[in-house]
Amino acid sequence: MIEIAARQSQLEQAVSKLTGLTLTILIFGALVAIAFALSERTGERVQRFLKYVIFLAPALIFLFIGLVAPAFRTLYLSFRDARGNESVGWENYQWAFTQPEILDVLRNTGVWMIVAPIASTGFGLLIAVLTDRMRRPGLVKSLIFMPMAISFVGAGIIWKFVYQFEPNERAPEIGLLSQVAEWFGFVPTNWLLVNPLNTFLLIVVFVWIQTGFAMVVLSAAIKAIPDEILEASMLDGASGWKRFSRVTVPMIRGTIIVVLSTITIGALKVFDIIRTMTGGNFKTSVIANEMYNQSFRALNYGTGSALAIILFLGVLPLVAYNVVNLRRERSER
Amino acid sequence: MARKLRKRDVEVVKTHLSSPWASFTAIVIATLWTIPTFGLFVTSFRPSTGINSSGWWTVFTNPEFTFTNYTRVLFEGRGATPPLSQYFLNTFAIVIPSTIIPITIAIFAAYAIAWFNFKGRNFLFFTIFALQVIPLQMSLIPLLQLFSGGLHIGSFTVIPSFGITGTFIPIWLAHTMFGLPLAIFLLHNFIAQLPRELIEAARVDGADHFKLFRQIILPLSVPAIASFAIFQFLWTWNDLLVALTFGGGKREIAPLMVRLAEMTGTRGGDWELLTAGAFVSILVPVAVFFALQRYFVRGLLAGSVKG
Repeated sequence: MIEIAARQSQLEQAVSKLTGLTLTILIFGALVAIAFALSERTGERVQRFLKYVIFLAPALIFLFIGLVAPAFRTLYLSFRDARGNESVGWENYQWAFTQPEILDVLRNTGVWMIVAPIASTGFGLLIAVLTDRMRRPGLVKSLIFMPMAISFVGAGIIWKFVYQFEPNERAPEIGLLSQVAEWFGFVPTNWLLVNPLNTFLLIVVFVWIQTGFAMVVLSAAIKAIPDEILEASMLDGASGWKRFSRVTVPMIRGTIIVVLSTITIGALKVFDIIRTMTGGNFKTSVIANEMYNQSFRALNYGTGSALAIILFLGVLPLVAYNVVNLRRERSER
Repeated sequence: MARKLRKRDVEVVKTHLSSPWASFTAIVIATLWTIPTFGLFVTSFRPSTGINSSGWWTVFTNPEFTFTNYTRVLFEGRGATPPLSQYFLNTFAIVIPSTIIPITIAIFAAYAIAWFNFKGRNFLFFTIFALQVIPLQMSLIPLLQLFSGGLHIGSFTVIPSFGITGTFIPIWLAHTMFGLPLAIFLLHNFIAQLPRELIEAARVDGADHFKLFRQIILPLSVPAIASFAIFQFLWTWNDLLVALTFGGGKREIAPLMVRLAEMTGTRGGDWELLTAGAFVSILVPVAVFFALQRYFVRGLLAGSVKG
């Protein structure tokens, strides 16, 4: 009886959700259509002003409310107590740079920032070069690119299963890593508990996803190298490695830097992998995870905001670099 | 003729150089890359006793498959926890508006920044570009406070709270806000490259900006819109942080990712359910991805490669 009732209420919920969804989209579409229809009927002088209201204002309002204003508020909250009621000066920052657990978090984030981008870009470059000479690289590239479509949560589950460890010595291993270790004569262990190995095992998951991104972008850059240059280096008798290190890499240097910086930003913000695989335990936590814990578990908006600011300061040089780069490109054009 | 010949010569040299070792290495790497996903896929079809007593690689010698894991995880709830199909529906309810709304708003803004002449246009463009990389952690606490309590200065209410906590609306709004910078940047790059003559000719014919946008810009921008739509779709489908923060911990609106993350925490040993659940969540984005890979790659390159 109860089960039937539960099922019925589930069905009702589903129907009401779908109706809500359809209505939302219809209302949104109608609003846009009406705004356009009315605007087209106004005179030129009104339009001179109206075009900014319709085209530009919605985006600016959203950006201001969603990103600009909150950034300042977070800065402000980082100097306040847990509930934001009283000023505490630099206390939250002092806490972040003296508390042993948080120092671990900062150190881990540093490891992520250095290892993850270099490994992803390195693998990506390797595969891009290898497939560049292949006659039909389509399938190979698709397979390496596919993890990009998989969520960090999904990837976390996939790899947690790879790292699975069977504590009972007589039972067979069901995790691939443990089994491979056994085949090679090592004794498997509970991988995700071993520090600092576990941080690197989590980075593997991230690299597994990001390599596809690096490969696609770098492989497009390699394709863009003019044939003449390749030809010239061949006539000069340059070997494969020399061609790679003296011609290919310098020619795509700009793209390599863009890829490295994009992946670094991603690595700084990594959250889902940690959350799904270790929950930040066993000394694997990173800033983004700790920021969530402080803000929404410990409900301390002060320390949470301070961590967000530290994260932002980590990203800042990369943002600045990218902006300078973009400016130069645009003025060159 | 001479040019053609030279090109063919290069091709010949290239094929000479296409070493079988390079191809072989690439294939080995691609295989290694796919094994973890393949293991999950195989495991999700094995009976639970098999999963826990032998590795998935043993199925090649000892095959035994079932659909039970899928029917269980998708349609059987447990106590107050609804089955995964409910979360699946929630994911759709989150993803569709969270893709449509930011694209619409972004393409308007992209057009304005590309073709309106106003002071501070460049500054605005660079600001939006820079906003792209600001971690969304910077916005979580203030936005959550805004959605739940509104905005007050002293006793004066600037924005009321609207009582939207616990509905999909905060999640939609958050995804819209966080998606806008990349959307505007990508769409702007595309729209700014449309030929000036085309726009000017239409203006001379008396088309105002609204008509021009509707009749010319929008139809021409479809490829760029498709590129970004895939990004935003994948991003919102795969998101955990935004849904976790703005979903207010309510089961009724939680998407797949929130439930899966919760399952790995509380039922980490139930591999038959976890693998089936994970595969269900992976299926849609991977299908979309393979169907529209061309657009996806194009967007990726427009976003990160110079020139």
